[in-house]
Order: sequence, then structure tokens, then C-alpha cells
Amino acid sequence: MTRRMRAIALESALPVLLVVVWWAASADSESIYFPPLREIVATFADVWLFDRVASDLIPSLIRFTAGFVVAVAGGVGLGLLIGLSPLLRRATDPLVDFLRTLPKPAIIPPAILFLGAGASMKVFIIAFGAIWPVLLNTVDGVRGVDPGTLDMARVYGLRRGERIRRVVLPAATPQIFAGGRLALAIALILMVVSEMVASTNGLGYFVLLSQQTFAIPEMWSGILLLGLIGYLFNGIFVLAERRALRWHRGWRAAALGQPVEAGAATTRPRALVAPGG
Amino acid sequence: MTTAVGAGPALGADDHGGQRVWWLPWLTVLGVLASLEALSRSGAIPQDHLPAVTTVLTALGAELRNPTFWLRVWETVQAWGLGLAVAVVAGIPLGLAIGSNRLAYRIVRVLIEFVRPIPPVAVLPLAVLLFGTGVEMKVYLVAFAAFFPLLFQALYGVQDVDPVARDTARAYGLGPAGCFVWVTVPSALPYVATGLRLSAAIALIVTIATEIVVGSSGLGYAINEVRYASDIALMYGIILVTGVLGLAIAIVFRQLERRLLHWHASQRQGMAA
Amino acid sequence: MLEVTQLTKTYGRGASAVQAVGNLTFRVAPGEFVCIVGQSGCGKTTLLKCLSGLIPPTSGTAVLQGQVIDRPPDKLALVFQEYSRSLLPWMTVRANVTLPLRSKGIDSARREDLAEEALTAVGLSGFFDRYPWQLSGGMQQRVAIARALAYQPEILLMDEPFASVDAQTRADLEDLVLRLRDEFDVTVLFVTHDIDEAIYLSDRVIVLTPPPTRVREVVDVNLPRPRDQIETKGLPAFTRLRAHVFELIKREPAGSAGDEVLSDQHAT
Repeated sequence: MTRRMRAIALESALPVLLVVVWWAASADSESIYFPPLREIVATFADVWLFDRVASDLIPSLIRFTAGFVVAVAGGVGLGLLIGLSPLLRRATDPLVDFLRTLPKPAIIPPAILFLGAGASMKVFIIAFGAIWPVLLNTVDGVRGVDPGTLDMARVYGLRRGERIRRVVLPAATPQIFAGGRLALAIALILMVVSEMVASTNGLGYFVLLSQQTFAIPEMWSGILLLGLIGYLFNGIFVLAERRALRWHRGWRAAALGQPVEAGAATTRPRALVAPGG
Repeated sequence: MTTAVGAGPALGADDHGGQRVWWLPWLTVLGVLASLEALSRSGAIPQDHLPAVTTVLTALGAELRNPTFWLRVWETVQAWGLGLAVAVVAGIPLGLAIGSNRLAYRIVRVLIEFVRPIPPVAVLPLAVLLFGTGVEMKVYLVAFAAFFPLLFQALYGVQDVDPVARDTARAYGLGPAGCFVWVTVPSALPYVATGLRLSAAIALIVTIATEIVVGSSGLGYAINEVRYASDIALMYGIILVTGVLGLAIAIVFRQLERRLLHWHASQRQGMAA
Repeated sequence: MLEVTQLTKTYGRGASAVQAVGNLTFRVAPGEFVCIVGQSGCGKTTLLKCLSGLIPPTSGTAVLQGQVIDRPPDKLALVFQEYSRSLLPWMTVRANVTLPLRSKGIDSARREDLAEEALTAVGLSGFFDRYPWQLSGGMQQRVAIARALAYQPEILLMDEPFASVDAQTRADLEDLVLRLRDEFDVTVLFVTHDIDEAIYLSDRVIVLTPPPTRVREVVDVNLPRPRDQIETKGLPAFTRLRAHVFELIKREPAGSAGDEVLSDQHAT
């Protein structure tokens, strides 16, 4: 057995073991709340291949994507504006603080008043919740650009638009991505919640409805699918981040005096958010 | 990814310009409130969608004398606090323990990477099945949601300990236990503080969400209650209260984090990215 | 070429004002290599910021080829001390060098040509598509020099460019700059706190006083060219010049009592 295979075996042992234990322990389960895993898997295949894909999965994905994209675009745009203008930052400070800390599920009822219970309400809630980490991190990133770097851009005659596009924005991308990761988690939560509160389709709606109609294996299959989606989205995001920030890892490693390899994957774990991030 | 400690403003803008106009933030707040008032009074936004600010504040003022309102506040704060406390007691020690053991970390790594992105509200229906719709269910769900950020941050904080500091401590004769208490834990503390800030915010989101979704008693439930009674002004009043609660929580935990970060930042100069 | 007349720069106002540069007058002729030396904290960086149009002087003027410098002139390039900050880590070496040429309205084929020419001149022909952080400190500063040259300046300002590289690399870079000065026919104003470096490189050395900064003396350097690290530095004239400049720098500030003194202690 090679070293690499041993490592894989070690790291995947616990998840495999958990699934096996769950499978075995629930095999003869009489509890209505904890049906046999076998049954959950069978239901999962029934429901999600591909019975309810179009009716529940696709609408959820569309809402999520739309909300998240609006949040990132809006967050970066507004963050740039606010980050570049100390006056604007000071002016918007209390407003931003209040809106970002407001527990977002609380505004679902008024959002329904204004937008109805349809997709636009959900997209609004998702975008409104997810925009703040992106916005605040963009502001931090823009303000953190090295003054020496900005001096260079001015001496070499870069126009304002070019300075923002080629210097300020790239310098802020590590922060922006960190905010984006947090925004992703929040967007997913709000997608589920908004679909639970007022909807006639979607994953959140499906899971809650299954519970209320005591379709327990269906409920479990929905929870599993939500977990899978969370994992998948996060994975896609991390891949995109790795690609976009390859320079940042190399630059950091060089700054810390570590051996530099182009595109070397960091083996060290990454914090969800570094302190203050 | 550290905060911009002492970082200058971009594009050579004059930051002092922001400090001199201390009244500017208040002007903005006043401006927003006045605009909302005008929009509503003028009928640009229907009053039954967005009542005037003064109407909202009057309704809220009357509600503040209602003991039931304070009971709702307490129910929300209680579930939030208990859930967060459970998560702290379980998540931080577990994270520190796993993080300081290489083998333990490798064993749980894949599992953690898988569990981490799962939206905690997905298990809300299961929690309702198991615990009903009372405070017990809320505490479990909040604890579940707040547990993971704390676990990860503690775990990664431990792994981020400066090896030089650890070697130095060893060289001065600190045993493994001494190292853990005097080097590992203090180094991980800023990460834990960040985790705490995130967890506190997520805990409040989940608390309000459960109250709105399944009608557990609390502020979220109160919002729905007055909405169904068509008391839209009071609905906005209660939303305002949840906002104040969120802001208060954010300020407290941010202060805590700043304190712990203060020496952390000074220790890691040149690493700011 | 460059005329600096009674240039002063004061930070802050009233009682807390700090005079970083006090009343500087000097000129640089076309094709000259002039070094400015002075102790740390004598306002050299502030002076360069004024000359490159990054900050406005409090009073006095700096005139480049008949034009008052009130914003970054496009006939001027600046090589910063800290290459790690002035090179953009998200761009390749080539992109770093071509970036400033975009704003000059040069088309992309010509940009590539200029970049390749400059990078080849500094000895980096094989490194176009590397990232700055993949290179050593000395190589990174070569990239910064190439960027300045590709910008086609009439005058090149250098702000202690070799302060953060090791001694051997430093000697190599000094000779490189001397060679490039001839090759690209550019006027150089070079700021350093290293007396040997100043004398070795320049035609004239401008010695500054401690704050409030003045010109103490302008020393002509009539050493033969081309210069050589061992031969030139072994000349008796070199030793005499070094002793002279050293003495100028160490001397107590003369007659500072009558000046528009704005608290020495703040500036140090």
C-alpha cells in the first residue's frame, strides 16, 4: 500500500464507518422518525431521479443562483464605491451596520407584502442577506490596498478607471472571495427559510411539507439533498477561488519565506474566516 | 485576510475628511427616516405596505408597555443564548482537542469538510419532529447551527500556532500540557473570537427563522402574529427591535474580538494579506 | 532638464506642523547622473514624491523641461525602494512592464516590443511569463527598472532602489544602472543614504542636511568613466570624496537658529 493510499484510507475511514453504522443500526428500525437508511436511499432515488427535479430542485437552484449573483455583483460594486470614498463610508456607516446585522428572516413578512410569495421575493431575501459579507469585505480589501502600490499606479499615469480595474480590484480579490464564501452559506440558509415560509415548491418547501405530512423518508431525502447541494456549491466556489487566487498563494508563500511553487496547493487547512475577515 | 489595521485609504483620498464630519452618519439616518416618512405620507408607497416612520414608532412605543412583548423578547434571547452556550461548551474544546492532534485531525477532516456547508435550517423539520415546537427545539437547532463555526475556527486556530513559539516554549521546558495552555490556546483565541462572532450572528438568524417558520414563541412569531392581525405598523416596529438586537449582539462580539485581536495583529506583522 | 526652486513641504498645520523638506534649490542637467544623499529621515522620500507629482509642495516649484510638476509627468519614471509593493503580484513580469504603457496610448504590439527590449536589457529575457514573487529580490528590482525604462522617460527617479538587496546583488545592479543610463540615454536622479554608492554612480552628489532639509553642498564627482567596482573605489580621489561627503553629513546643522524653524524634534 502506498503512502498516498494509506492517507486516503485514513481520512475516509470515519465517514465510511458512520454510513455503515447508520445503515446497520437503522436496518430494523421501527421508529417513524428514523427510518432505515436503506429506505431513505430508495426514497431518495425515487424522488430525486428525476421525479421532483423540475418541480422543486430546479426552482430552488435558480433562486439561489440569481440571489447569489445579485449579492456578489452588488456587494463588489457598492463596496468599491464606499471603499474608495471615506466620506461615503462615514455617511453609510450606521445604515450598513444596522442592515447587515438585522436577522434577515425577519424581513420575509414585509418582503411578501411588497413582492408577493413568488420567486422575486426569495431572490430578494437571498440577495439582501448575502450582499453584506461581500460588501464589507470589498470595502476592507479596497482600503487595505498598499499605499505604495497606489503611488506606483499614479506615477505611471494609470487613469482612475484603470487603477480601479487593474490595481485596486485585483488587490481586493482575496478579501472578496473570503466574503463570498460566507455569503454562499448565508444565501443557502435564506433560500431554505424563504421557501419554508411561503412557497408552493422548492427544496425548503418540500422538506417542510414532507415533515408535516409525515412522509419521513421523503423528508430525510430532502435534507440529504440540501446537504449535498451545500457541499457541491462550496466545492465549486473553492475551486473558482483557487484558480483566481493562485497568485495570492504564491505571493504569500514567498512573503513568508516558504519555497514557492507555481500553483502549489496549500496543504494547510483554511479557516472559515481568518480573524477579522 | 486580516483586517486593515492602520491601512491607509485607497487612491490617496484624505481620510481626515471622514473624521471631521462627525454629524454625517446622523444626517444619513435622519435623511433615510425622513424619506421613508415622506414616501409613506405622500402615498408613493401604500400605507398598508409601509406605514409612516412616526406611526411605526408610536405603535412600537405602545407595545413597549405590553408585558407580552417583553416575554417574546425574552423567549428569543433565551433560545439564542442557551443554544450559543451549548455550542460554545461543545464546539470550542472539541475543536481545540482535534486541532492539536495530527491524527485526530486527519481522521475527521473529510467528515468536517462535508458537514460544514450543510445549511443548518435544513434539519429544522427533523428538529420539530423530535422536540416539538417549543424552546427545547429552538435551543437544539441554534446549538447545531452555532456549533460548526466554533468547531472549525478553534480547530484551525490551533493549527495556525506559530511553530517557533511552540518550539521556544518546549525549549524553556514547558511540557505538552503547559504548551497547550500557554501557547496553543492563546494563539487560537483570536480565531475562536471570530468564530464566536459568526456563531452569534448565525444563532440569531436561526432563532428568528424557526420562530417565523414553525411558530415557536418569540419575536419572529410576534412579527407573523401582528401581520396576520393586519397591524403592519407594529410589524415594522418588531422588526426594528430584532434589528437592534442583532446590532447589539454584533457590537458586543466585535468588541470582544478586537480585544483578542489586538495583540494578535501586532504579533503577525508582515503577514497581513 | 529639472529645476527645483525653493521647494518646501510641510505636513500638518499650526503647532503640530512638521517640515519635511525646507527650502531646497538645485538643478539637474540633461544626461546627468545626480545622487542625493542624506541621513535617514531627512525628507528624501518626501522630496521624490513632490518631484514625481504625487503630492503638491507647500511652496516653491519643481519644473521639468519647462513644465511645472503638479501631477505625475509622463516623461518621468520612478523606481521605488520596495519592489514587493510596486510590482503587482497578480500580473506576470511582462504584464507588469506593459501596464503603464496602456495609459500612454501605445498599441499592444508596440507595448510587447518595448517590454521585451527593456526586460532583455536588464537581463531577464527568459522570465517574461513568471510572476514577480517567483523571482529573487534583485531580479524583482530589475523588473521594476525594466518597467521604468519601457515607459521611455526623459528622467528616471530612483528612491533607494537597492536598499533591500544583498551586497553582491547591489553591486551588480549599480553597474546595470550605469550601463542602462548610456544605453537608453536617460537622465537619472538617484536617492540613497549610502555614500559609496552615491559617489560611485554619479556626476554630482547633492548632500542634504538633517531636517529642516536644505542643500548643504553640491559635490562634483570627476571620476573617470566607465567606472569599475574595484578600480574606481580604489582611486585616491574616490577616498577623498567619500571623506568629504561623510564629513558634510556628520557636521552639525549650521545656523539653523535663524531659519523658519518648525521643531526639529518632531521631524526626527
